[in-house]
Amino acid sequence: MSNNYLTDGYTLRSWFFTIDHKRIAILYFASLIFLFLIGGAAATMIRIELVTPQADLVSSDTYNRLFTMHGIIMVWFFLIPSIPNTLGNFIVPLMIGARDLAFPRLNLASWYLFMLGAAITLYAIFMGGIDTGWTLYTPFSTLYSNSYVAVAAAGIFVAGFSSILTGLNFIVTIHKLRAPGLTWYKLPLFIWSLYATSIILVLATPVLAITLVLLAAERIFGVGVFDPRIGGDPLLFQHLFWFYSHPAVYIMILPGMGVVNELITCYSRKKIFGYKFVAWASLAIAAAGFLVWGHHMFVSGQSLIASLVFSFMSFVVAVPSAIKVFNWTATLHKGTLRFDAPMLYALGFIGLFTMGGLTGLFLACLAFDVYATDTYFVVAHFHYIMVGGMVTAYFGGLHYWWPKITGRMYSDYWARAAAILIFLGFNLTFFPQFILGVEGMPRRYHVYPPEFQVWNALSSGGATILAAAYLLPVFYLGYSLFFGARAPANPWGATGLEWQTSSPPPKLNFDKQPVVTSPPYDYEHAPEPQNA
Amino acid sequence: MWREWIPFWHVGISPYGGDVDLLFVGLVIVSGLVLALLFSLLLYFCIRYRAGKDVDRRNHEEKSWRLEVGWTSASMLAFLGLFIWGAAVFLKIYQTPGDDLTVFVVAQQWMWKVQHAGGQAEINALHVPINRPIKLVMASQDVIHSFFIPALRLKHDVVPGRYQDIELQISRPGHYHLFCAEYCGTDHSRMLGEIVAMEPADYTTWLTEQGPSNSLAQEGEVLFRTLGCSGCHEGSQAVHAPSLAGLYGKPVPLSDGSVVTANEKYIRDSILLPRSQIAAGYQPIMPSFEGRVSEAQLLQLVAYIKSLADRGP
Repeated sequence: MSNNYLTDGYTLRSWFFTIDHKRIAILYFASLIFLFLIGGAAATMIRIELVTPQADLVSSDTYNRLFTMHGIIMVWFFLIPSIPNTLGNFIVPLMIGARDLAFPRLNLASWYLFMLGAAITLYAIFMGGIDTGWTLYTPFSTLYSNSYVAVAAAGIFVAGFSSILTGLNFIVTIHKLRAPGLTWYKLPLFIWSLYATSIILVLATPVLAITLVLLAAERIFGVGVFDPRIGGDPLLFQHLFWFYSHPAVYIMILPGMGVVNELITCYSRKKIFGYKFVAWASLAIAAAGFLVWGHHMFVSGQSLIASLVFSFMSFVVAVPSAIKVFNWTATLHKGTLRFDAPMLYALGFIGLFTMGGLTGLFLACLAFDVYATDTYFVVAHFHYIMVGGMVTAYFGGLHYWWPKITGRMYSDYWARAAAILIFLGFNLTFFPQFILGVEGMPRRYHVYPPEFQVWNALSSGGATILAAAYLLPVFYLGYSLFFGARAPANPWGATGLEWQTSSPPPKLNFDKQPVVTSPPYDYEHAPEPQNA
Repeated sequence: MWREWIPFWHVGISPYGGDVDLLFVGLVIVSGLVLALLFSLLLYFCIRYRAGKDVDRRNHEEKSWRLEVGWTSASMLAFLGLFIWGAAVFLKIYQTPGDDLTVFVVAQQWMWKVQHAGGQAEINALHVPINRPIKLVMASQDVIHSFFIPALRLKHDVVPGRYQDIELQISRPGHYHLFCAEYCGTDHSRMLGEIVAMEPADYTTWLTEQGPSNSLAQEGEVLFRTLGCSGCHEGSQAVHAPSLAGLYGKPVPLSDGSVVTANEKYIRDSILLPRSQIAAGYQPIMPSFEGRVSEAQLLQLVAYIKSLADRGP
């Protein structure tokens, strides 16, 4: 067997001190599976508890710790690093014809920072938990909460530096390490969207770090920043927090959009429609996404004029997303569509993301937001984007690049079954939550009035299907890892430099430096898929 | 009104409840149309252009300025319309409340405490007359809470350290849910209350039945003396402090040259942070009462000072 990055050393040292971006991607991947299972376990407990209106499984204090843990783990320790740090880390250098990221050691350092942050946060969770909600609103978090707020904040603070370093690494890599001939408009759109993501990572995450330091200063030393009793302003925290956390939402969706560009074109056997519009839409989202944070605060007492401006900007930021959806749809026109598992995930993404996006417009609409904010409508909305969108895209990308990463093929039958089950299970879980929101059920409720039970029970029922569907890939991908057929270099007949090297790639990615002459997504001249 | 001609439309029980519902229906219709268009196109393309099907695939376009500009401007126009519609109703919900009937609400972990001007107090319940605008002045004793009455389509956060005033008006007698919508700790999900909307006559009876010994302003007057406020602010004392008679609702010139209106917020701030807004011509010598009075006591003091509005200075 030829030498590849997987066979280049079998010792623990060869993994934990590797500076190969592909191995670091695998390290991230393994850590993220673990963290996803922890966050998922919390979600499972929440859904079981909410089957009945009364408290039956856990106490209110435990319930509050569960949804906080679910939010913190899923946002900072799964969604934000998910596509960028696993698929991005693995694929970006391959896609642009480079041997590695610009700063390989920094890349490894960012994994260690991430693990340190995760360890600190898990310590906070298992020592007694944190009960502030992932939003950490003051003055509850600084003065009133009797939980491990400062420890968890320290964990998030450390993990933030991992984000910043990764973003920096991607920006420099994309600027400096592109193969000869690979101009900006020849780049795969996955690169454009990761570039936009990296800009947000580098610009927004420091604000989170500052906010967490101020929070800790008030909680530990009583420095008055957010608590009105000692001269602070509680809304200042919300402004700072959302100045990071709303752009962070785009950190959590732009990479998913990037993956979908690759999948839609590959399985339509066609160049993407409106390349430049899709590329610049990513940067437009990254830029406009910085100017909408106040839409989380329409009922907080911020000035009415501020609310008007933030509402308007929130509609504006939806335009580039709409442009993307229309361009994906137009790409299908006159294509030669194949429905392999990654394509099913991509189509599922378009449907769920559009649902999430449209309900986002409901919430951008001031008068309806007064009613719907802090209800289950918001919970349903952002799960459609984060889970229906980002996690679906993550699974799609994982299936698409799986042969490249592992050198093995998987069962397309089971992969398609999982894609369909995830789509159905997801809708059964989260659509009822829209109805709960419209009926006025507030979020973060451990017990609730009995009239909300029907939809809660339905949502919990759907969650069992979703949980089973998410576990399916563990089996068939696990099987593929050991017994799957060897993958050829380019099983899907895809364009993109990553498919020109062997599967799995050699340690330095390419045997000789690739040179790019063809336009992006040149499917008219691409090889035929080998799994047809 | 023209809206009454729309089938299935109902007025709602707050002045804007029907407008919010109509906006919701509008949003559902717009998104329904977008979804229907998108899903039928996806389905159509997926069936017609599936691999193995022999259809004409020649002359496909790779880009089109006309399409891009078309769907971008169509989205922008639709979004602009929705923005204006939502904003118009929003300004109606949060209009500046009138000063006819004021009720004070104090939120604290994990209950709603209500104080009526006549001194009637209740917990986790709010009795109000129908068809009359009520000004709610809300304060939080500890963390952020949110005052949410789904039936009225009304919600507003109650943030510590400041007063929020909103207007409440209910057109139909009944019992309605009051939820805390902002997560506030252990028993957040049990921080519920009941809004009881009554016919004006029943409301008057209810107020009398409560039979409080003192009105809110009288309670405030007692406090005004025990805290020692009267020592400086009343009579001709050695200490030079402004008289509070006839103050409420009047413009107050400040030492920095600006002018503020003496409303509940100003009075509250002046008790807690006396040095932030100094009345022109006075020395900044008043001590802060931060931490010495609870939100409920503050409201009593405010009610007392408000009751002095009609007395001459």
